[in-house]
Amino acid sequence: MRDAIADLVRDGDTVAIEGFTHLIGFAAGHEIIRQGRRDLTLARLTPDLIYDQMIAAGVARKLIFSWLGNPGVGGLGAIRRRTEAATSARPGDPDAEGKLPRLELEEYSHFGMVGRYTAGAAGLPFYPIRSYFETDLPKANPLIREVQSPYGDGVVYAVPPLKPDVTIVHAQRADAAGNTQVWGLLGCQKEAAFAADRVIVVVEELVDEAVVRADPNRTIIPGLIVDAVVVEPFGAHPSYVQGAYDRDNQFYLDWDAITRDEEALQGWLREWVYDLDGRAAYVEKLGAERVAALKPGSAPSGSVDYGRYQ
Amino acid sequence: MSGAAFSKSEMMIVAAARELAGQRVCFVGVGLPNIAVNLAQRTVAPELELVYEAGVFGARPARLPLSIGDPTIVTGATAVTSMYELFSFYLQGGLIDVGFLGAAQIDRFGNINTTVIGDYAEPATRLPGSGGACEIAINARQVFVIMRQSQRSFVEQIDFRTSAGNLGGAEVSERIRREQGWIGRGPSVVVTDLAIWHFDETGEMRVDSLHPGVTLDDVRAATGWQPKVSESLGTTSAPSADELSLIREELDPGGAYTR
Repeated sequence: MRDAIADLVRDGDTVAIEGFTHLIGFAAGHEIIRQGRRDLTLARLTPDLIYDQMIAAGVARKLIFSWLGNPGVGGLGAIRRRTEAATSARPGDPDAEGKLPRLELEEYSHFGMVGRYTAGAAGLPFYPIRSYFETDLPKANPLIREVQSPYGDGVVYAVPPLKPDVTIVHAQRADAAGNTQVWGLLGCQKEAAFAADRVIVVVEELVDEAVVRADPNRTIIPGLIVDAVVVEPFGAHPSYVQGAYDRDNQFYLDWDAITRDEEALQGWLREWVYDLDGRAAYVEKLGAERVAALKPGSAPSGSVDYGRYQ
Repeated sequence: MSGAAFSKSEMMIVAAARELAGQRVCFVGVGLPNIAVNLAQRTVAPELELVYEAGVFGARPARLPLSIGDPTIVTGATAVTSMYELFSFYLQGGLIDVGFLGAAQIDRFGNINTTVIGDYAEPATRLPGSGGACEIAINARQVFVIMRQSQRSFVEQIDFRTSAGNLGGAEVSERIRREQGWIGRGPSVVVTDLAIWHFDETGEMRVDSLHPGVTLDDVRAATGWQPKVSESLGTTSAPSADELSLIREELDPGGAYTR
């Protein structure tokens, strides 16, 4: 992980760590914090705890997103303190004294963000969607623009392509070449990976190429576009990995109190990120009991027969 | 078992679930809609197809999902899709009968704010934003809303229009929906902790039913405009023992939604 982040994530980059509730790349985000990256533009549909932590650590200057919160629990204090008028200000504002630097926001809807990655992946100049009519979102974000159908049947809204410098995807498994397989919620990791200049895949398990080839329908990202494969079991905690571990909901509940208090949050970052040298140490600190409690019961898929054609 | 004690939140969730009777395909929004639709699937609408924006069609959650991306919505579902497919083919393609949303602020015409309190550039409170709500509001055939009501949430003027309701009234809303080819007809019901509201022919919401123990004065005190009241104002049936035990024992034993 250390080498992948050092080689592929640079100051000023646009970085997408996707994963919709499922497969969120916490281990990768923590490594970016430890390596002290600065001035990143962070993109993600749902900036949840990981971006709250990264933004509290000062790695980002801008956030591109569609829904901001601690899913099922509440708010994200670090991001709120850096976006609300009472606690943050833009550089040069007359009342900036004593306030946190204002985080720049670029805001869409979920479908808008998915459309942006799709346009980025497909090399299109924009993606058209039937959202945003009669809302204030196009006023809040002038990059959301009306476009006339060339076939004369009305107006839709366009969103621009999003092409991250780096996309980081957490997955159940990949082979050494980076051919990556996911099951459970797919989010928009595929689109975000194909849109990116560089791709880091972090997996629970490294498997033989034959495992991938035995079930090619499950491959979402080909090794062709992958720059680094990192094996990091439990690397998505406190989010979850379908079939491997459940969401650690107690962590999400506990975060609600931590994130309300900037000092408590900075203390958490020291204890759980800066003072640890990687995910293995983090898992050890969590303790075997907590880890074991997150193991789900078993619900295997039936298998299908792809057939042999010679 | 009538006369059992119940909380305002439990009444709201039960009333919202009952509204789903007879519905087929429901897009489940963040927060309170999640528990209401899961109760409906266990009571009035066992055939309800639950659609989650995370990319699931036909969810059969064995436990109450902790969030709208919980692994329990995947195991046993009819289909798992990419979010691209979900938003493009299922929602924008017109397959959703009911979009079930929550809201921070709503106005009399059912326009919703979940973005900011105060000025957008200098917000007093930064809220989550649209997520999928603005597209659900346009593309679901009808929209149900569940939210707690107060002078802060039921407001004369919302601070930001995240999701379109009946705009400035039924006439303009119907014209714009027709001209721009929206699939959705807009909001049809708002269920709060005090009452059930439907929308009248002018596109404005009207109190149709007060929850047990709630007076019209209570509703007026928690509404930021002078609310219209149905001529046949009713009283919502109290939660049944069965509905309460499903909420308390099966869906939300920790009280996350009912506190």
